[in-house]
Amino acid sequence: MGYQGHILLWAQRELEEAPGRHPESSLGGCLLLGLLALAAASEHEGQGDAGEPHIFQIVTFKWHHVQDPYIIALWILVASLAKIVFHLSHKVTTVIPESALLIFLGLFLGGIVWAADHIASFTLTPTVFFFYLLPPIVLDAGYFMPNRLFFGNLGTILLYAVIGTIWNAATTGLSLYGVYLSGAMGHLDIGLLDFLLFGSLIAAVDPVAVLAVFEEVHVNDVLFIIVFGESLLNDAVTVVLYNVFDAFVAIGADNVTCTDCLKGIVSFFVVSLGGTFIGIVFAFLLSLVTRFTKHVRIIEPGFVFVISYLSYLTSEMLSLSAILAITFCGICCQKYVKANISEQSSTTVRYTMKMLASGAETIIFMFLGISAVNPQIWTWNTAFILLTLVFISVYRVIGVVLQTWVLNHYRMVQLGIIDQVVMSYGGLRGAVAFALVALLDKNKVKEKDLFVSTTIIVVFFTVIFQGLTIKPLVQWLKVKRSEHREPKLNEKLHGRAFDHILSAIEDISGQIGHNYLRDKWINFDRKVLSKVLMRRSAQKSRDQILNVFHQLNLKDAISYVAEGERRGSLAFIRSPSSDNMVNVNFNTSRPMGMEASVSYLRENASSVCLDMQALEQRRKSIRDREDMTTHHTLHQYLYKPSRHEIIQNEDEKQDKEIFQRTMRKRLESFKSTKLGVKHPKKINKTHKRDRGQKRVRGECFMTLAHTDVICFLLDMEFSEPEENEYEHLHTGTGIDFLANVTKQNFTETSGIDNPAFSDDDGQSVYMRFPPWLSNEDTVVPSQRARVQIPYSPSNFRRLTPLRLSNKSVDSFLLADGPEERPRSFLPESTHM
Amino acid sequence: MGSFHSRSEEVQELADKTGFTSDQIEHLHRRFKQLSGDQPTICRENFDNIPDLELNPIRSKIIRAFFDKRNLRQAPGGLADEINFEDFLTIMSYFRPIEMDMDEEQLDRFRKEKLKFLFHMYDSDHDGKITLQEYRKVVEELLSGNPHLEKESARSIADGAMMEAASICVGQMEPDQVYEGITFEDFLKIWQGIDIETKMHVRFLNMETIPHCH
Repeated sequence: MGYQGHILLWAQRELEEAPGRHPESSLGGCLLLGLLALAAASEHEGQGDAGEPHIFQIVTFKWHHVQDPYIIALWILVASLAKIVFHLSHKVTTVIPESALLIFLGLFLGGIVWAADHIASFTLTPTVFFFYLLPPIVLDAGYFMPNRLFFGNLGTILLYAVIGTIWNAATTGLSLYGVYLSGAMGHLDIGLLDFLLFGSLIAAVDPVAVLAVFEEVHVNDVLFIIVFGESLLNDAVTVVLYNVFDAFVAIGADNVTCTDCLKGIVSFFVVSLGGTFIGIVFAFLLSLVTRFTKHVRIIEPGFVFVISYLSYLTSEMLSLSAILAITFCGICCQKYVKANISEQSSTTVRYTMKMLASGAETIIFMFLGISAVNPQIWTWNTAFILLTLVFISVYRVIGVVLQTWVLNHYRMVQLGIIDQVVMSYGGLRGAVAFALVALLDKNKVKEKDLFVSTTIIVVFFTVIFQGLTIKPLVQWLKVKRSEHREPKLNEKLHGRAFDHILSAIEDISGQIGHNYLRDKWINFDRKVLSKVLMRRSAQKSRDQILNVFHQLNLKDAISYVAEGERRGSLAFIRSPSSDNMVNVNFNTSRPMGMEASVSYLRENASSVCLDMQALEQRRKSIRDREDMTTHHTLHQYLYKPSRHEIIQNEDEKQDKEIFQRTMRKRLESFKSTKLGVKHPKKINKTHKRDRGQKRVRGECFMTLAHTDVICFLLDMEFSEPEENEYEHLHTGTGIDFLANVTKQNFTETSGIDNPAFSDDDGQSVYMRFPPWLSNEDTVVPSQRARVQIPYSPSNFRRLTPLRLSNKSVDSFLLADGPEERPRSFLPESTHM
Repeated sequence: MGSFHSRSEEVQELADKTGFTSDQIEHLHRRFKQLSGDQPTICRENFDNIPDLELNPIRSKIIRAFFDKRNLRQAPGGLADEINFEDFLTIMSYFRPIEMDMDEEQLDRFRKEKLKFLFHMYDSDHDGKITLQEYRKVVEELLSGNPHLEKESARSIADGAMMEAASICVGQMEPDQVYEGITFEDFLKIWQGIDIETKMHVRFLNMETIPHCH
């Protein structure tokens, strides 16, 4: 964490350079930020310092000392606060994309700055953009890239990125030149090469804008990855085209030879492949480094950022495609890094990366707005600007349609007309174009100002207009959306089976297709790469299916804990008996009949982020001991291959009968409780819980009831401490009381009967042990089992009023009797 | 090869039946001959000669599927000893990609057929149900590629998956009910809402076969 903090700070400090270029700007910034007084004081102070340097002052006011970082920090603060404000109104953000709002904010703030100083103090400078704002966004994109989807569509993406971008650049540039020759634009000091240069910088779809807009639209994965992948990979083309034409403009149109053109083509391959190569090398390095960070966990996340940033800088240094380098660094390292670093580090990396990316994005859009408020750069040429807009839109559509037509001959999943519309419409231009155009040298490119203004208009038009309309468009066209489903174990297993089948079919039919290649790659990865780049422990547990299994288990566990908490009990965390600790940890006793895999799962650095995890760490030792016994007991009693194989005696049957009836009742009461629950934002969570309940109902007697029975048992435990806690509140005897209750119950239940049980008929049926414990006595139940399992049926009576409570408080009170009066809080708790 | 060309009517017939183009059929026929060693039928041993298949953890199941009479649409159960080219094509046709001009109903049938293939692969005793034992076996095989995973974890994953299946299919089970196994209807339920567009399709190209397979 500390390390990351440094990096962040460092990044910010570097950011300061931007306004640093405009020292006179401090005043405007201060005015803008309501720091008039401060600024005035600073000036005064400045004079004071100059005049009397030798007098010792107790308190000195050193504005110039802190000026740059201060302004940067304030800008970041303003942007972040603005984000908060935008999200205050849910309606606004669902209609208008955040990027558009930020641009408006930028325009507004820029207006204020301008009004204050009449100098455009703050602009988005290319250096800041390319060195500090762009890398986090691209790294974020690469590191969280869905690799399978990306590589599955790599061919399509590459075609759009390379051919599409060249097409856009060439057609836009040439058409504009054609119109210019016809004289519609009036006189401009401009040549064919300038037009092509402009075309090349305006052609590229911008990853930042695409991400910002598409993240809110949620189109289906394939469509998203195609548009987004294109925007990432076209960087190489843009860089090359831009550099080539920039160089050509510099040498002059007459001096460009054939060799130069050839060099341009060669440089494309060098730049793109070189960038990719640098990325892969650094990814390898990064993976290797994280393999050995076992003892320096605290700086683990730092490596991820530093090394990927180095890949960016290195390729920038070698004038290769930096975006490609950092993208591929992220893409290639993600698997190994995620396996190697600890779970906490993984969470840290994830959130830091998201934070940096989102912050950078915010700043970019805000500064795009601010940069636009500068009359000096505005040169208006209606024909040029309008035609540019028309051409980029039209040629984008034509390009997409043509390429898709070609692609659909080769693609398995065809891209339909609707997809094409979204793809054409998603061709957003953004800050990359702006930064590139700002980089132009006015001495060489005479009409730089016109280009800058046009670029700004184009960016604003695409981000604001298209960003605004894309959502309704997607809805109107009924584009297949991406749905966020819970991962299902079955789905993953079948998916794995499909993979193997497909590669086998390709083997058998004797062709080299995607599946064949993927299969070979996976084998290679497992045999060589993983061995080199992953920790030994990570190699073991690094199986996707195991991960999903683990995650689902954790989720279940959380929802059960949540259930307990919702019903007002935190006591299971802090109740005195050390046994209670295992309540939190039941997720690990879930994979029963598999001590070995339990430990795998535990080592497994799952990507699930849990606050519970810190807790878990501390409790590992207790848990391990506990697990052994618990597992053994439960296995003995609960986990039978088939219900029919349990030999039942008469007594047991009766017990079972009772148990079943109570179960049913209990579940019903659960359901009715849930109906009363209002969780508008947690519908799926509730649903999940509901499902969990269904499971309990259906499967307790199913052959493989292992986990849910545990969960069920734990459920019962939850309601118990809730009781205790309440009494504790009312009796005021504190923790001691809790301890007493637990102890009391302990002695009571390990002894004879538990009278706390109510039947449908109202008879009091006495239960010696729950059926699963009365089977045989060869195995002594674990501590936990002894304390809690026999003692749990007492909940049933308490759950009965819970159910009634939804209908009428009276009946509930009646049912409970006067001595149960404190429980009247229960109706409230059901509405929590 | 020459003789094959002369039987173009036959090819046409096969094309109609299986939906492959004649180019693809020709290509697959070449491959079939290569595998069978110029015999009219192919048997299990022939599949063992494919080197790339060796690493496949569920290869025995896949090869078995080729001889499964249910997949061949010949009988509700049982295994064939050897299959001819037409059968080979029938199996291959399970993996044809979706075509653009299919309507909803066709798509649905198409999808069902593909899932049926998978279902049959799981249901090794032909009783129309994937029992826990069968499921465990499949999962064990699926995960056998990873040497670090033990059988026990595979088992528990299978158990978990089975429970999930039960909760999806028979949400409201009576307590004394026993979930016997996944039927095909249940299987479809599990797959509900999941795209298999990209999952169960192979692009049969008209390109050259991998030259040296033996």
